[in-house]
Amino acid sequence: MKKISGGNFKLKCLVNGRKINREIEPGRTLLEFIREDLGLKGTKEGCGEGECGACLALVDGKAVNSCLMAAAQLQGGELVTIEGLKGRDGGLHPLQKTFMEEGAVQCGFCIPGVIIAAEALLRKNPAATVDDIKMELTGNICRCTGYEKIIGAVKKAESLM
Amino acid sequence: MEKLFCVGKSVIRKDALIKAAGRARYAADYEFAGMLYAAAVRCPKPRIRILSISDSRAKKVPGYVTLVTYKDIKGPNKWPLVINDYPFLPETEARFQGETLALVVADTQKAAKTAARLVEIKYRELPFIDDPLKSMEKTAIKLYGEDNVFSKFVIKKGDAAKALKEAHTVVEEEFATNYQVHSYLETQGVIAVPETDGGLTVYSSTQCPFYVLDGVAAAAKLGYNKVKVIQTVTGGGFGGKEDVPALVAAHAAICALKAGKPVKLIYDRKEDFNSMSKRHPSWSKVAYAADKDGRITACVVKYVLDGGAYSTLSPIVLWRGTIHAAGPYKIENVFIETYAVATNKAPCGAFRGFGQPQICFAQESLIDELAAKLKMDPVDLRLKNILRPGDKTATGQMINDSCGLEELIKTVRERTNWDDRVQNAKYKMQNAGDIVTGIGFSAAYYGVSLGAKGRYLDRAGAYVNIYKDATVAVNVGNTEMGQGALTVLSQICAETLNAPYKNIKLEEVDTSKVSDSGPTVASRTTLMSGNAIIEAAAPLREKIFKTAFDMLILKGADAAKPMSASDGVFSIEGITVSFAEAVAECWSRRLKMGEQGWYAAPHTSYNMDDGQGDAYVIYSFSATAAEVEVDLKTGVVKALKIHAAYDVGKIINPTLAEGQAQGGILQGVSWALYENLVYKNGIMLNPNFTDYALATTADKPEYDITFIEKPYAGGPYKAKGLGEVPLIGVAAAVANAVKNAAGVRIKSVPLLPEKIWRELRNCLKVTPSAP
Repeated sequence: MKKISGGNFKLKCLVNGRKINREIEPGRTLLEFIREDLGLKGTKEGCGEGECGACLALVDGKAVNSCLMAAAQLQGGELVTIEGLKGRDGGLHPLQKTFMEEGAVQCGFCIPGVIIAAEALLRKNPAATVDDIKMELTGNICRCTGYEKIIGAVKKAESLM
Repeated sequence: MEKLFCVGKSVIRKDALIKAAGRARYAADYEFAGMLYAAAVRCPKPRIRILSISDSRAKKVPGYVTLVTYKDIKGPNKWPLVINDYPFLPETEARFQGETLALVVADTQKAAKTAARLVEIKYRELPFIDDPLKSMEKTAIKLYGEDNVFSKFVIKKGDAAKALKEAHTVVEEEFATNYQVHSYLETQGVIAVPETDGGLTVYSSTQCPFYVLDGVAAAAKLGYNKVKVIQTVTGGGFGGKEDVPALVAAHAAICALKAGKPVKLIYDRKEDFNSMSKRHPSWSKVAYAADKDGRITACVVKYVLDGGAYSTLSPIVLWRGTIHAAGPYKIENVFIETYAVATNKAPCGAFRGFGQPQICFAQESLIDELAAKLKMDPVDLRLKNILRPGDKTATGQMINDSCGLEELIKTVRERTNWDDRVQNAKYKMQNAGDIVTGIGFSAAYYGVSLGAKGRYLDRAGAYVNIYKDATVAVNVGNTEMGQGALTVLSQICAETLNAPYKNIKLEEVDTSKVSDSGPTVASRTTLMSGNAIIEAAAPLREKIFKTAFDMLILKGADAAKPMSASDGVFSIEGITVSFAEAVAECWSRRLKMGEQGWYAAPHTSYNMDDGQGDAYVIYSFSATAAEVEVDLKTGVVKALKIHAAYDVGKIINPTLAEGQAQGGILQGVSWALYENLVYKNGIMLNPNFTDYALATTADKPEYDITFIEKPYAGGPYKAKGLGEVPLIGVAAAVANAVKNAAGVRIKSVPLLPEKIWRELRNCLKVTPSAP
């Protein structure tokens, strides 16, 4: 990797429960940091301009479009990506289970972002209604499923959280 | 029918876990030691004469490696597809805004993108055409051949002109549809890796690895056995990864050969919009004639597709549209003429439905107008005229027993309470509030697989290999792109072998592991690869079943009693042998436990001169009803509920089938109401998800889906094909529902609020009539 200019930024943060100390280019987006610097490829780039939700990650518990956020803004914060989601038993997260069971996954490219959005919703509203789920997921484009099974999977996960 | 333990069950997808866990590896996720990155230099105008391409400024970008132009193409500079008019890279003339002019290679993605922006193109702008109807005028500048027509077809049956003249009732209207952008969430992406023997391994996000093989071998001038194409997990296709990944891969391949290192080429969303294929915009004029009882006596269609700058798949897309243009009706007199025409815009190609949704929108809208003119219920009119077993299509093809269209229509009529609604819903615009609701219907049929026009590609292979531990690896040439092929084909394999579903693994498609199986398109994968797997598995099944029987006898079973086989267990009267035990015994007996299978589609007898004969080997069917609400103040339409019934033969996996249906329906709703790509003077104005709106969770209707399984004897476990069927009739049903709700006939897709609003204003000047 060639250094561009302007010196590097020392980023301290928590990523999927692990302490990270990393020098990064100041202009790096959070998505580039996740995918290229940390090598966590589960977070996807769908549009690069915050319209599709494929790049969602949890920053301090909130779902953010990582393509629009500077990595430097993570300073001192906590990042959780799809790889960091776990069930209470350390196995699959309930959302991952219900997405599998309900047939909510097709091409799968949007799914990490959708699951992150759903996780953020259920953290703040564990009894979200179908309408709440619909509204929360309007920022996630899925071109395959017609959304029905995705919404059903999120609803089903509530009882397992 | 035999009892099935795996086919027909909603088993969990093979790829659900890795996708839900974020572990699936898509093209952009691959890394190779020493890997470089390519970025395209794109044509800024709709048509240019290229004077020079210079990288003198680009060279100064740190990490810059090289410039790649047409001079680096090793073979003939023609991408082999159908007509072969598309150069891999243009030499003197570029024909649409966004066309790849050259590529740069650098050591990071950012450096490549920066350098690509700094490549200097000297050019002269040339006159261009952006309207397909103008392109057909005699005085138009010539983009292709003598008439700018890539392809034309006719269907002539009976005497349509005479029937039209003598008819009791005639309706005729013009219709238009706009582009649809696939908007697969994963953009185009590929990595080309040079191998030590001078060959290449290509990792491609694609529906059609063998098309990528054709493209890369031609551009790199390599023997096919020196090019290996491996399909990466593909983040959606819908037709958009049928042909064009071959072009993208050829570019990456040339870059990799020149740089001598692996090269990754990942499109950003804007360039994907600008340069990749789309659903063709269309224009059509359709006429139906009927006698006083509502029997349709004639259909006349003129249908024009805007092909864009190069022909790509336009000829085949047009042919499918042509075959289905009269709708799923028995009509004695048919005249259909169709054209795919060149313009200076992005080349259009395959998109779910493949030339059918556009003309279905037109003819199914007009069927409702015919019903209105005849004062008939539109469902009754359809029931009077639809194809039933023994009837003949517009091409004179006899429909066989695998046709449930009548049941589909009756089912949807019942599930929507159609008769009550239509009888009670008198048009009441004057005294209604701002929001009115309505319901609309459509019917469609769909020729499964490639048919007569693609018959030479209509074959598929499979290799089924059973290991000593009784796990099974299956190689096929058709791909998973989200639709569920890995799962459905695993189910077919498990059922045939009496193997537990968990034992089956479908390998990633690798062109070196299985013979050319054609494209993964046209709802053909379950049918073609499914049949190939059954053929490969049949001799294995025979060995395993015989061995299991021998073992049961040795264990004391009564040889006179029938052996049952289900879910990996063989048994006679309570004595059992497992699939694993039988396989281990087969290995001890030194039996051949790996087999090839091959399936070629049955012959079709179609005559291109008059459009008569058997066009496809089998048809799937759909009936769709849309419930909508229309805001009379703003013209905004919301799809509330879509009822649909499909006959796609046997359903292999009900949950997956339902998912295909829901997804197809929403793509149809989205095309009908929202998606509006805009070109102005040959420049695309909204190449992004901000300004090109797609349906979201908030726009999703309720779905009410029924499958009526009319078995197809030639299909694997009696299946036909599903993928494209659910989308085709949606736009017409929505438009008919808008007419029913608000009294306005919108004759172009998308049904934007401003179109409806304008029509409502016009319509208020006249006295509304009953629907």
